[in-house]
Order: sequence, then C-alpha cells, then structure tokens
Amino acid sequence: MSAVMLEINGLKATVASDAKQEILRGLDLTVKAGEVHAIMGPNGSGKSTLAAVLAGHPAYAVTGGTVTYRGKDLLDMNPEERAREGVFLAFQYPVAIRGITNSYFLRSALNAIRKHRGQEELDPLDFLSVLEKKLKQIGWDDSFLNRAVNDGFSGGEKKRNEILQMAVLEPTLAILDETDSGLDIDALKTVAEAVNALRRPDTATVVVTHYQRLLNYIVPDRVHVLAGGRIVKSGGKELALELEDKGYDWIKPEAISA
Amino acid sequence: MSSWFTELRERGAARFAEVGFPTTRQEAWRFTDVRAIAGTSYGTATSRWSVDANGAKALRVGDLSSAGDIAQAHLGRYADLAANPFTALATAFLDDVQVVSIPAKTDVSSPIRLSHRFEGSGTVMATPRVLIVLGDQSRATVIESHEDSGAGDSLSNSVTEIVLGQGATLDYVRVQREGAKTSHIATTQSHQGRDSVLRSTSIALGAGLSRHDLGAVLAGTGASLILNGLSVLSGRQHVDYHTTIDHAQPHCESHELFNGVFDQHARGVFNGRIIVRPGAQRTDSKQTNNNLLLSGEARADSQPQLEIYADDVKCTHGATLGPLDPTALFYLESRGLSPATARSMLTYGFAADVLTRIAVLPVREDLDRMIRGRLGVETLAAA
Repeated sequence: MSAVMLEINGLKATVASDAKQEILRGLDLTVKAGEVHAIMGPNGSGKSTLAAVLAGHPAYAVTGGTVTYRGKDLLDMNPEERAREGVFLAFQYPVAIRGITNSYFLRSALNAIRKHRGQEELDPLDFLSVLEKKLKQIGWDDSFLNRAVNDGFSGGEKKRNEILQMAVLEPTLAILDETDSGLDIDALKTVAEAVNALRRPDTATVVVTHYQRLLNYIVPDRVHVLAGGRIVKSGGKELALELEDKGYDWIKPEAISA
Repeated sequence: MSSWFTELRERGAARFAEVGFPTTRQEAWRFTDVRAIAGTSYGTATSRWSVDANGAKALRVGDLSSAGDIAQAHLGRYADLAANPFTALATAFLDDVQVVSIPAKTDVSSPIRLSHRFEGSGTVMATPRVLIVLGDQSRATVIESHEDSGAGDSLSNSVTEIVLGQGATLDYVRVQREGAKTSHIATTQSHQGRDSVLRSTSIALGAGLSRHDLGAVLAGTGASLILNGLSVLSGRQHVDYHTTIDHAQPHCESHELFNGVFDQHARGVFNGRIIVRPGAQRTDSKQTNNNLLLSGEARADSQPQLEIYADDVKCTHGATLGPLDPTALFYLESRGLSPATARSMLTYGFAADVLTRIAVLPVREDLDRMIRGRLGVETLAAA
C-alpha cells in the first residue's frame, strides 16, 4: 500500500481581502503516492482556489481545517518552502517576467530547491546539460530558453513552459490548474504526454480541470467533483465520462443540501 | 578662434539673454524646477574628456583643430537654440567639442568611448559638447558617459548632436552617473537620413536633478529609430526625460521604451512627444513608459503627446506605474525563490528589459554589472 502524500481535512478558505467571501467550505481529500487525481467541477466551485491555497497564494486566507503533506503541516510553510519541499503549481495564468530569461529563471529556481535538499548548486554549464535531458524527455526544443519568462508567449507556449518548469524542478506533488484551458487538441496531447512522462511511483499529480477531454490523455486514478467549496462526489475515471455526459447541473442540488 | 564658431557662441548668448532660465509655469518644465540652478553663480569648469577610439584608423575623434570642417558643417545645426534655454546657454559657453566622424562606407566594429568628467574649484558649470557624424553606409558604436564629477553643487549642461547619412547605423549609449549634488541638463538631438538606423539607449543613474531632452528627426524615408531609456534613482534624485520623435518622412519606424526604477523619495518624469508630419504615411511608432515605484514616497509622472497629421499610420503608446506585481512575486516564490530574491529578480528584470535590447554585447555586459551594483542585486546568481 502506498504512502499518503497529501491529506486535506475540513479545509476552509476565504478571499484574503474579504473574510465574508468563503470559497472552500470544509474540503476533504486524500492523495497517495503514485496516484493521479482529477478535480472537476463547475465554474466558481473553488477548483482554482484549492490549487492556489495548496501553493500558498497570499490572495486567500485559510480559516479552518488541516493540510498534511508527507507528514508535515503544509499550511505552516511559506510558498517558497512548499516549493522546496516538492510542491509545484502549474498556473492557469502564468505570469510574464520581463528582462529575465527562461533559462536563468529555471536555474535560479532549481538551485534554490537543490540547496534546500543539501545538493550542490549547478553552474550554467551543468544546468544546460540537465536542461537538455529534460527537453529531450518531453520532446521539445530549446527555442524558448533565451526568451524572457512568458513574455510575449502565446497561451499554448505559456502552458508548455509550466510543464517544462515542472520537468526541471521534479516536484513530488504537482498540481495542474486548468493546464488544458485554451489549448488546441495537439497542444493538449503534447502537454499530457509530458505530464505522463514525469509520472513516478513516488510522486503524485492533482489535475484541476473543467473539461473531461484532458483526462483522455492523463488517465486519473480518482475523480472528484467539487461544488460549493466541498468535494460532493468521488469515483473512478468513469465519473469523468459521466460528468461529460450529464454536465454539472445534477451535482448542484446535492452540494446545496450537503 | 574661427569666426563661425564665435558667431555660434554669440547666437547662443543672445538667445539665452532673451529667454533666461525656464520656470515651472512653462509646460515643458512643469515638473522640473530649476530655480536652484538659476540662483547659483557658477565658475568655469575644466572639462576632462577621455577618449578611447580603440585604435580605429578611419575616423577622426578630437577637438576642433583636427575636425574643423566637419564641425563647421554640422555643429549647432540640429540642437535648436530656441527649443531649450539650456541649449542656448551651453552654446554660449562652447569650448572644445568632441567630434566623432566616420567616413562613408566605413565599419568601425569596436565601441568608441567618450568619457566626461569635470573639475574646478567650488561651484562650476561644464558644457560638454559632442558631435557624431556618420557618413553614408557607415557603421559605429559610440558610448558617451558622464562620470561622477565630485565637484559639489555643480552644473553639467551637455549637448550632443548626431547626424546619420544614408544607410548608416549607429548604436549609441549614453550613461549619466554624476554625483548626487550635481545638476545634469542634457540635450541629444539626432538627424537621420534615408534608411539609416539609430539605436539609442540613455541611462540615468546619477545627479540630484537631471533633465534630458532627446529629440530625433526621421528625415529620410525608411529610417529606423530605437529610442530607449533607463533610470534607476533613489534618495531625493529627480529625473525628467522629454523625448520628441519627429516622423518627417514616410515609411519610418520608431520604437521607444523608457523604464524607471524609483526608490525612497526619488521622482521620475517622462514626456514622450511623437509628431507624424503630413505625408509621413506608413509611419510605425510605438512608445512605452514603465515606472516601478519601490517605496510609497517615490513618484512618477508620465505623459504621452501624439500629434498625427497623416492618416495611414500605426501609432501606439502605453504607460505603467506602480509597485512590484504581487502575483509575479508569488509566481517566483512558488518556484522556490525567497521573497528577497523574488523582489531582486523582478526589479532587475525591469531594468534588464531595457539593457537586453542593447545590441553590442560587451557594452551590455558592462552596463549589466553597473546596474546590478546600483540596484544592490549583486547577490543574484550571474546570468
């Protein structure tokens, strides 16, 4: 039996600037090593908030519940500590950083994480050889390494860039926040293949998505429906197909009554 | 002294006697108060130029004695005495002139460096003057720097004129890092011939008060201009960039990017005027001014001024103003970088956005080191 990687109990969160605006209302979720979980749900159900809260986004305040990650209190860690401990959030809207090249940014991030792990920092040459292996692994060329981070990137390039960062930083727990939104089918397949190539028995992935189509390519072990800030239904991969078929409307009454 | 030179000085003196110092009641000087300059009596400074022409043979760098005919043909023809009282004042005190003249069809690959310092006892005024003339189809890189004068409450009043012949290409970088008590007033006026390319970067790091008027005339069809600038100020420093790009002919393009980083009580002013003359069709012009305010007391004012008299043109402008973006900070932290490193990286990136556009690599690398030092981000791992 695999070890529990992430244990969320009764998680409650509000918008940081408005305590009355509660988005997560007692959410429970358990993710074991080696698993892929999909979080689905209608717009406004709290999917992206869950992803942001797990990464420590300052725009949200946790008002209740616990999150245990590999036996440690995740909520007690700063965003950079979470990243160094192996949590990675692929952003729905990756941010452009002017004047900083992708390769420089990636090396700085990787070295911050390596330092935390007690590993030696990589110089530019060593880093380049690591990077080339990763690019090969996910089947991409190096065309966007010397461009400023996400600056002037198309929507698809930004999403690919998130996956490249994920490949280089080798997270233990990867959270993909609507990585499929805005991608055409070819880009979607490429991103999914890259994610699949990075799956290992000692890592876990949480895929947040509105649509089922990504799950044709990243096959989940568990599918959860999030509505009204709680998980209202969980099941196997067939639940995603059911959602695709019936939509989310049938979920809502359950969420309200719960 | 040649009669044309004396006559030019006299015209400058006459114009200045007529108009005197500008006041904040004049629109162009609304944000920059020069009363302290007007109320100071300055002695004469000794200008100390150090010139490194990198051993290039085909050019003439030097004072009037070695480049008199070039100077006579061009000096004072572009920097308009009527446009700025300080240009008139600087012309009235014309002394030696640094002339860089590149003959037609000559490619000078190594950067030509002109570095100005001034000395004098007490409170002095220097009037550094530069003339850069590129013949048709020639190419050069010129770095003009104004270094710490260490001369107390002094005034540097500099004028540079740039003339590009047909198809000429100039990479021009001007760095101002004078002492915090010095006032620095500068005029740079360029005049571009057909299909010429000017890539200009102006960097303001020093001086307590600085005002730089950059004027560019695209006087030949197909001319291309990159007019960039970067200010990094702190304390009570003040910088005022006034740029005027004059699209006088069709099929020209201008790209303008001015970024300012203001910490503590520093203040930045940007006024970007773009004129598209009647008949200057197919003009492509883009202006961007970004201001990063690192403290609640820092301030920046940005003013675009578009005057378009042709109908088939593309002109865009945009300005930003504010502190570091919290979403960007979180993005960097979520990748394992400490909040301090994230702040340094974003601030540096803001400056590097201008530096990375400098085409000449060794020049860019020198400036990169200088800017890292100025921003206090040497601890960022080297790129």
